[in-house]
Amino acid sequence: MIAALRCVIVRDLRLAARRSSDVMTVVLFFVIVVSLFPLGIGPEPKLLRTVAPGVLWVAALLASMLALGRVFAADHADGTLEQMMLGATPLGLVVAAKVFAHWLVSGLPLVLISPVLALQFDFPQELLGVLALSLALGTPVLSLIGAIGAALTLGLRGAGTLLSLLVLPLYVPVLIIGAGAAEAAASGLGGHAQLLLLGAMLIFAGAFAPWAAAVALRISVE
Amino acid sequence: MSINWFKYSSPQTFFPLAGKLALGFGLLALLACGMGLYLGFFVAPTDAQQGEAYRIIFIHVPAAWMSMFLYVVMAFWGGIGLAFNTRLSGMMASAIAPTGALFTFIALWTGSFWGKPTWGTWWVWDARLTSELILLFLYFGFMALQASIDDPRRADRAGAVLALVGVVNVPIIYFSVKWWNTLHQGASVSLTKAPSMAATMLTGMLIMSFGFWFYSIAAVLLRARCIMLERERSADWAGQYARGAA
Amino acid sequence: MRCARGERTLFDQLSFTLKGGELLRIGGPNGSGKTSLLRIACGLLEPDRGEVRWGGENVRKLKEDFWVRLLYIGHANALKDDLTASENLSVACTLAGIVADERRISGALGQLGLAGRENLPARVLSQGQRRRVALARLALGADVPLWVLDEPFTALDAAAVDCVQGLIGGHVSRGGRVIYSTHYEASIAAAVSRRIDLAGS
Repeated sequence: MIAALRCVIVRDLRLAARRSSDVMTVVLFFVIVVSLFPLGIGPEPKLLRTVAPGVLWVAALLASMLALGRVFAADHADGTLEQMMLGATPLGLVVAAKVFAHWLVSGLPLVLISPVLALQFDFPQELLGVLALSLALGTPVLSLIGAIGAALTLGLRGAGTLLSLLVLPLYVPVLIIGAGAAEAAASGLGGHAQLLLLGAMLIFAGAFAPWAAAVALRISVE
Repeated sequence: MSINWFKYSSPQTFFPLAGKLALGFGLLALLACGMGLYLGFFVAPTDAQQGEAYRIIFIHVPAAWMSMFLYVVMAFWGGIGLAFNTRLSGMMASAIAPTGALFTFIALWTGSFWGKPTWGTWWVWDARLTSELILLFLYFGFMALQASIDDPRRADRAGAVLALVGVVNVPIIYFSVKWWNTLHQGASVSLTKAPSMAATMLTGMLIMSFGFWFYSIAAVLLRARCIMLERERSADWAGQYARGAA
Repeated sequence: MRCARGERTLFDQLSFTLKGGELLRIGGPNGSGKTSLLRIACGLLEPDRGEVRWGGENVRKLKEDFWVRLLYIGHANALKDDLTASENLSVACTLAGIVADERRISGALGQLGLAGRENLPARVLSQGQRRRVALARLALGADVPLWVLDEPFTALDAAAVDCVQGLIGGHVSRGGRVIYSTHYEASIAAAVSRRIDLAGS
């Protein structure tokens, strides 16, 4: 079973590597969106410093949502998803492996770039760690919840926009706590509580979301 | 309602029952709402702090309660449909969604009307109002998902999964929004800070809640009848009813 | 079993039992429900009435316990364009629980006439070649009791058709069971060969 899961992860990473443009677009989208905000609200340093965590989090959220189209859609189109559903490994575990590979490719790069972008907003250097950590804990949760939405909207017309409508309300707690971590750190309160909550959300989502997504996949494929 | 469930679990037998129940509950709703509004707008005393404007609470709070209650009921029927593979449960869940969304919208709209004279703005990012807004999005998501799926069976089951995931999230959303609200210089603008309840005020609100509840039952049952007719249009009983009614 | 898609009833009152060593062929015009029947047999689709059982238990309850004993090759080839033929086959086998090392993978591809093409990305293979990569699993699936094949012979040339027919016949003679659908007038030697034709609308 471990062999099968490792096989799925390696397969997805290999596919992403051979089609790296898909990956780059998500990262570039993140960068562009973040850069749009100062253009929209003015370059006043104090204002930017205050909004930095929120802006980075909203941009990461949108980029994550954009990337969700790639989790199941391609496999559904060429029939590989069906094979996974008829495989010897429980579908929930296969989904967890796929979401993990998806996060490595679409979420982790955002986490790694975020400190650089935060500097654009003159965010205090000593707090970059909290910000990056909040994204590191939060983006997998976004991928996990998003996978449920992707599974529900598999193969539907207008799946992309519908997916956003379904998934954004569910993203709200993650956004609030995630952005709240860096904001609390910036105001001197320390972001520990939020980070711990994010960790709890990650564990909870990690345990239940793959299973819910598997149920949704079976419903969508019938 | 301790009816023998299984007898009424097929659309054919439930259809006429739903019609009778809808009529009954509709009348009760008119009665209760009438009484509640009378109590709220004429009998209850003027509030010392907020004047007459607070009276909108008699619509706002029951509507908010209904919006949350209906979401839970919708998720419940969806869950039953998933677990026991019954067609009628899915139809009930689909029938509830628009009424739930309506009450959410009413709660938001009346919240706005309350905010303007009281706090001077049309919208406040109060924890409850913000949660209601997100609840509205959850309802819209459910309806949009069902509208996008042609196959009724897949639509019911997908909607059920979404509603169940949503129901788990609603307390999390409320909690996080409340935290967010208090963290950001705790808005002293709290619509939850209701004026200290005189007995008539509380009675008025409760009666309105019952009125809304009866209305919901009636509206949902009527909508469910339409859904039943549409889904089962190839069945004999549906054809007979349509011909009889025409 | 009964199956309805949308407003149409595809088939009703359909019932059969398949034992080891038996070959079942599903025939019928396009749109008659062959694919739906095969997917119901796999447990992907639930029939409107009736059920599918393996060893006395409903297959949708058995889940992985049943699926580990099933090899399904559907209409779609289930190949990733960006992976090579051999990578595709390797992934397919691992997911299905079939143990196969590199040597056996190359052997299987060779058996289907793809020797020398193992390291080409599936993107550049022809339709027939892609179908053969998908079917190469049959050469490695001797230990899997039940094979369900949806139109296995599409896009294949005569030599490949012979090869696949041989694989199916071999599996049945070893005690496996195979359900397949086809338009083709196949000639597969089997001890017990049955046929169900779906009427179509």
